[in-house]
Amino acid sequence: MSAFPNPSAVQTKSVPTWRQQDAKPFVQIEQITKQFGQFTAVNSVSLDIYRNELFCLLGGSGSGKSTLLRMLAGFEEPTSGRILIDGVDMTGIPPWERPVNMMFQSYALFPHLSVEANVAFGLKREGIKSPEVNRRVSEILDMVQLGHLAKRKPHMLSGGQRQRVALARALVKRPKLLLLDEPLGALDKKLREETQFELMRLQDELGITFVVVTHDQEEAMTLATRIGVMNNGEIVQTAEPHEVYEYPKSRFVAEFIGNVNLFDGVVVEDERDSVSIQSPDLDALLQVDHGISCAPNQEVSVAIRPEKIYISREPVDIEVNGAMGIISDVAYMGSQSVFKVRLASGKELRITQPNVSREMGSRLTWEDNVYLSWDPDSCVVLMS
Amino acid sequence: MKQGNSLTLKFMSGAGFVFLYAPIIAMIVYSFNDSKLVTVWGGWSLKWYAELFRNEQIMSAAWVSLKIAFISATLASVLGTLAGFVLSRMRKFVGKAMLTGWVTAPLVMPEVITGLSLLLLFVSLENMFGWPAGRGVMTIVIAHTTFCLAYVAVVVQSRLASLDETLEEAAMDLGAKPTSLFFLITLPLIAPAIISGWLLSFTLSLDDLVIASFVSGPGNSTLPMVIFSKVRLGVTPEVNALATLMIVAVSIAVIAAIVILHRQSRYNDVNK
Repeated sequence: MSAFPNPSAVQTKSVPTWRQQDAKPFVQIEQITKQFGQFTAVNSVSLDIYRNELFCLLGGSGSGKSTLLRMLAGFEEPTSGRILIDGVDMTGIPPWERPVNMMFQSYALFPHLSVEANVAFGLKREGIKSPEVNRRVSEILDMVQLGHLAKRKPHMLSGGQRQRVALARALVKRPKLLLLDEPLGALDKKLREETQFELMRLQDELGITFVVVTHDQEEAMTLATRIGVMNNGEIVQTAEPHEVYEYPKSRFVAEFIGNVNLFDGVVVEDERDSVSIQSPDLDALLQVDHGISCAPNQEVSVAIRPEKIYISREPVDIEVNGAMGIISDVAYMGSQSVFKVRLASGKELRITQPNVSREMGSRLTWEDNVYLSWDPDSCVVLMS
Repeated sequence: MKQGNSLTLKFMSGAGFVFLYAPIIAMIVYSFNDSKLVTVWGGWSLKWYAELFRNEQIMSAAWVSLKIAFISATLASVLGTLAGFVLSRMRKFVGKAMLTGWVTAPLVMPEVITGLSLLLLFVSLENMFGWPAGRGVMTIVIAHTTFCLAYVAVVVQSRLASLDETLEEAAMDLGAKPTSLFFLITLPLIAPAIISGWLLSFTLSLDDLVIASFVSGPGNSTLPMVIFSKVRLGVTPEVNALATLMIVAVSIAVIAAIVILHRQSRYNDVNK
């Protein structure tokens, strides 16, 4: 809502802030470590988040994402390292003095207060006069389409309505930073999708920086401007959603986000614009044509996404980037079909194909002999 | 267990209830007896209730009892809430288990021992400091507060344990400093536990005979003490009427406590 007070953070429409070389980060996480006794929950994490971002921390349970969020909110003090929000060092600042609000996974609505009073709670703590409080409360409740339920108590609301009250309560204080802990976790699938777009709309309208913690990669992909993938207390990759998916940095990221076929192999040829890799699982050579620096005989993994493999009954050239196999399993999923194809080496590949045609007759089925092929730029070489 | 209660089950629960409540029902019925003889039925009448309210000894004892119950329940609620808070919120420290044990020990301590030790304490305090001067309402209040405190502490502690801690985090996150957090969020949420603790304490204090006998002074007999001394001279229909009224009062308090505690579970579910 506020104008940008920092003139150096000038936004240009075409280039997102995080891609600009000299952009000033809004949230700076510097070498944060959190230990609980012997256990290291967050291990030396450094991360910059920019103004107006919707940043997703994505990881499995125990990856340290929630601990990191709680340190941003001020519920946990880091063992070492520091956090700066809008240039201010947050070390030692208690939660009630931070320009940060959080939406809890359980929503944490105050059960003894009405919807209205829940939302007004934060404003009243700031000492804002009640006409102003009432105005802002009804404004935000209208924004989340709950104006008509203002007098209800939380136990009289549905799950989706509670979620929106929690969101309104966190947004009404116009925090510099909004933290969301698994915001859609408790909603059913259809409601999740609606709420995802709702969240993006609100974020766009209010111009508040969001940090979302989630274990759901689909949620992260849809919502985020950038994703930080966490594993074992560390951030293993920070990138835009399509980059995390198309260019994962490690086996962990490739496997955690979406489905992937992985080949372990050895570099046999390293040329200027392509690398050839021999895998024991594959008769053909794997050829990758984008810049990787690796040495001959180096052991690497090659990742190919299921939708990037062509599948057909007609023979195709499979000397490079191809294979022959038998369909061992088919799953029809409406918009697409998933095939499992067993190669001569025994390796099973996963292939998805959009169901372009409605005809059943021409469709591939169990025990069909098929030819597989893929483009050199569809493969990703993973060193770790 | 769902598909209808079998006949045996019905019979057993019926027998249990008869065993528990037959004596009380007999007493209540006899409190409406017109006859002066306790064991002879002489038709329905309310005359013993009228008699009761004319009896000054009983009325003044009832007043003393109510006063004591009110004050000690209130004191026990304040102190017990603090104790319950410490027990559930303090981080683990050496001796925490021992402290928990100490707070709850009065629940199982024989009343004779509690009464005797308090009497000894009061007497030696009086000898050393001149306070409390003699024994009366004050000493009974102190004695009742000590053992009621344990009940309140247990109820409040269990309520706090089941309280979702993210509620308090959410309040802090929205700008509540620790004091306003306590008065605006925590206290309203544990209020049902404190109220039911108060009601329990009130009934416990109202019922107590043994401890009060030890620490009361002349002219400050509580209702149970008066009843007990009257009964020693033989049960009168008047006592039946009095006991009936006490049962009514205690039942109302206990039912209220249960209802209040049950209502809070509805709240509890909201964020789960």
